[in-house]
Amino acid sequence: MPSPETALSGEPESLLAVFGWYILASVLVIGFVTVSAMFLIWWERKVSAHMQSRLGPMRVGWHGWLQSIADALKLLQKENIIPARADRPVFWMAPVVVFIPAFLAYVCIPFGPRLIAEDLTIGLLYILAITSVAIVGIFMAGWASNNKYSSLGAMRTVAQMVSYEVPLLLSLLGVVILTQSLSMQTIVESQAGIWFIALQPLGFLIYITAATAEVNRTPFDIPEAESELVAGYHTEYSGMKFAFFFVAEYTNLFTIAAIATALFLGGWHGPLLPPVVWFLLKSYFIVFLLMWFRWTFPRVRIDQMIGLGWKVLIPLSFLNLILTSLVVLLLQGGSAGGVS
Amino acid sequence: MTEPASLLAWIAFVCLVAVTVGSAVLVVTLRNLFHAVLALIASLLGVAGLYLMLLAEFVAAIHVLIYVGAVATLFLFVIMLTVRIDDAALRQSNRQVIPAIALCGAGLALLLAALLAAPWTPVEEIRPPGVQQIGHDMLTTYLLPFEVVSLLLLVALVGAVTLARREDQRT
Repeated sequence: MPSPETALSGEPESLLAVFGWYILASVLVIGFVTVSAMFLIWWERKVSAHMQSRLGPMRVGWHGWLQSIADALKLLQKENIIPARADRPVFWMAPVVVFIPAFLAYVCIPFGPRLIAEDLTIGLLYILAITSVAIVGIFMAGWASNNKYSSLGAMRTVAQMVSYEVPLLLSLLGVVILTQSLSMQTIVESQAGIWFIALQPLGFLIYITAATAEVNRTPFDIPEAESELVAGYHTEYSGMKFAFFFVAEYTNLFTIAAIATALFLGGWHGPLLPPVVWFLLKSYFIVFLLMWFRWTFPRVRIDQMIGLGWKVLIPLSFLNLILTSLVVLLLQGGSAGGVS
Repeated sequence: MTEPASLLAWIAFVCLVAVTVGSAVLVVTLRNLFHAVLALIASLLGVAGLYLMLLAEFVAAIHVLIYVGAVATLFLFVIMLTVRIDDAALRQSNRQVIPAIALCGAGLALLLAALLAAPWTPVEEIRPPGVQQIGHDMLTTYLLPFEVVSLLLLVALVGAVTLARREDQRT
């Protein structure tokens, strides 16, 4: 697989190869993101239905598996509605600004031993940095809609995402200390013997809690609490623009699950089955867990939620960080002083 | 470096500079404050791209995480919480244009003087420092600046707590 370094130093052929690879990777990721999001939407509806003793979509295809495709086709044909007093350019750009970071995060997700678009040395940091840009898109959507529900939803979303980004980052640092690397592949490879969930149980719990809040899912779905805010920041959106938000939401859901898999559940490691299958199985299990949460826990109040983030999760993640560093330092017996 | 690669790098550089400078101009000229912050974000992303071109991946990621993800978001938050901020009648500038130009001009002159006076030596091979190298240097060679920064953050933290508390007593 050619890398940009060889392209910059090499001849025009390798440059072409690099572009070919980038285009191929983008097409693959776009395909995966779309299919995965449509599958997750269908799955969410099925899981929700079965947890409530319903059947969910049943009409379109076997057990309604074509339902998402039908919905996507319907959304494509919808009229493009923009509120009269909306800020048009910002209103148009917002879904794109939300979607692009969600899509770009896939550059560093390790689906298999060689199946990663680009194994950056700062992979984990890259994913966290790029996904934080989506907050801006949510703000744009809420502000441009010129609707009080949208604005309130956007402000709640941002308050929540900013609060929970801190414990999320801190909870992942424990794993980084153990592997001494930010590269996603190195992190997965160092879990060949033991999964980090065994070494970092507290980190995993903090991560799952913070991640649920990051993707605005119940019990932390205050930003789009339908009984208070209609639908939050995307209240005024319909048609394809709404679809962009929807796909981005489920893409982020999978990203969160993929990070959990790569950092805590051994990534693509597993017996018998091919690595990609293991990675997808584990990731979709985490997604299922988050869907399970939705029908198990009631929504928390906004002050309780912010309080939980700042007063419980952040101190706990600092504790986790200090304990991990201490153990690593003691085990290495002070020999890790320099750059290894 | 061969021709096409350096040409591509040049095109990328020009695009990034255009985004950075163009949006920076928009930041100070747009009448709508919300739009100005969005332009600022575009400018910050352009700067992150320039860092990437310098092979400083770590700095670029941190730049996006802190400036776009936190600082610019805070700006947007404040704007949305402020009443009538998007009112067209509201003046978005003050009368200190001339002192501002003078100060920026002086800063530019100083920077240019330093840049032109510096003895630049071209290096054969560029080896970007990894995260481990940066971490190591921060806790050895640059320990004092690192500690000063943490002191600054502590002051900001205490200040925020004090402000929040005062608000509490008043109500």
